[in-house]
Amino acid sequence: MNNRGWFRNGMLGLGLAFLYIPILSMMVFSFNNSRLVTVWDAENSPTLRWYVRLLENDQLLGAAWISVQIAAMTATGAVILGTIAGLVLARFGPFRGRAFLSAMTTAPLVMPEVITGIAMLLLFVSLEQLIGWPEGRGMLTITIAHITFAMAYVTVVVQSRLAGFDDALEEAALDLGAKPATVFFRITLPLIVPALVSGWLLAFTLSWDDVVISQFVSGPGSSTLPMEIFSRVRRGVSPDINALATILVLIVATGVVLSTLYMKHEEKRRLREEQMARSGN
Amino acid sequence: MIGVPYVWLLLFFVVPFLIVFKISFSWMQPIQPGYAPLFAWVEETQRFVATLNLSNYQVLLQDSLYLSTFLYSVKVAAISTVLCLLVGYPMAYAIARCGPSTRNLFLMLIILPFWTSFLLRVYAWVGLLKTNGVINNTLLALGIIDQPLTLLYTDFAVYIGIVYSYLPFMILPLFSNLEKHDLTLLEAASDLGASPMKAFFKVTLPLSMPGIVAGCLLVFIPAVGEFVIPSLLGRTDQLMIGTVLSAQFFSARNWPVASAVAIVLLLLLLLPILLFQRYQRRELEAAKR
Repeated sequence: MNNRGWFRNGMLGLGLAFLYIPILSMMVFSFNNSRLVTVWDAENSPTLRWYVRLLENDQLLGAAWISVQIAAMTATGAVILGTIAGLVLARFGPFRGRAFLSAMTTAPLVMPEVITGIAMLLLFVSLEQLIGWPEGRGMLTITIAHITFAMAYVTVVVQSRLAGFDDALEEAALDLGAKPATVFFRITLPLIVPALVSGWLLAFTLSWDDVVISQFVSGPGSSTLPMEIFSRVRRGVSPDINALATILVLIVATGVVLSTLYMKHEEKRRLREEQMARSGN
Repeated sequence: MIGVPYVWLLLFFVVPFLIVFKISFSWMQPIQPGYAPLFAWVEETQRFVATLNLSNYQVLLQDSLYLSTFLYSVKVAAISTVLCLLVGYPMAYAIARCGPSTRNLFLMLIILPFWTSFLLRVYAWVGLLKTNGVINNTLLALGIIDQPLTLLYTDFAVYIGIVYSYLPFMILPLFSNLEKHDLTLLEAASDLGASPMKAFFKVTLPLSMPGIVAGCLLVFIPAVGEFVIPSLLGRTDQLMIGTVLSAQFFSARNWPVASAVAIVLLLLLLLPILLFQRYQRRELEAAKR
């Protein structure tokens, strides 16, 4: 038994090392002075010179700003649409076209990005020919494409959150004479807030990270940060990208830890409230 | 209000595929929009004429480049999926058997890299695998090798890249399955004289099949069409289908052929996608109970 415990934990340790060593190596070498990136220049390192160079790089900073805007719009749009779709799928019984809606919402989860990318671009080209909208390609078309695949993730998150609760609470409120809108805002929405928060963050990250679909549907002057990074790293390793990676990893790590703590706190509060409600009876 | 997501998905997800399908039967055209219309009003005969062009598909069948690219992509995706399962299964198993608080910590550690940029994580491997990269330099310094190994721009590098990027997608469905197992079954097996090894292969492994299938599909389907990983880490003499599709689209600007490639790729992946959808539906129904 003890042997197996060792084996299990050993595999887990190796796996985690496999996940983290590349990231850590990238972070360490971002402080390397040498232009050769992976050859450590012990004499002049650590240095912050690549970070300074990064902050002077207007092209990358501009692309980052475009990415943030697109990601924020995508996350908001995807949460609105994904929540409605998740609600409909989880709470409305069988209706015509349910299977079709369900299939449409899960397909983008696994669809290879090149296929989604080419399909979106050809749609935009055809639409522009047909009705003159959207005019050219840029942030708007990227955002629409991102919302489409990100809402699938939000739908799944909301749907599985709702599947965890039965609809007795909502029905009871309806029986007591509450209007459907009141029921939604007073009962359903508070129940799914954690799912909305994680859905928003997930959609933001997916959009912020996407390079393939953006490449298909972007236009001149709307290069996102991943597109800029991709065109740079295709030419080989570059030290300022290491610095950029380090900053991004630190931001994300902080964000994930904070939101996990928040989610735990919320979950605890909800459990406590439920218990209080029960003992009040 | 309820119809909004429906309409959105129809317009921006279903219709685009119909357009790709349509354009795959068209011709390349030097002027905008880059492909010939399928339906045209012919003035002389006062009639609509529909012209269907199958030559794009003929190209795919006849040009051995496409066939070998498709086969290579499936091979790379399949090998990477198996490797991913071999790495991911013990990890998911170990996490599922941890106490609740360590379990959450490990799960967060698995998911954390997924939140950081996918592109930058693939790029990190370029620095590790290069001829004068971190791995070669370390091995040389330790005296294990005399000559730097060729690691980058090989099949091996692509496998590593795919396993590395998709590992959370393998671990999470496996974990959510393994977590639900009734451990008394293993005790029963052991009481009846089964060795731990035998109990694992006779009880745990068969019970975890749904998780294995879901994890493998989540890795395999996107890996077949992968574009970023092979273009940063992969061979230059053998391309993957995602790379060929993008090249047809961006460099050759042959949209009809690129569309035909996309349609064939989609047909190839249709069965795995449907399988995955069935699994997803079951999971949600199980959660309801």
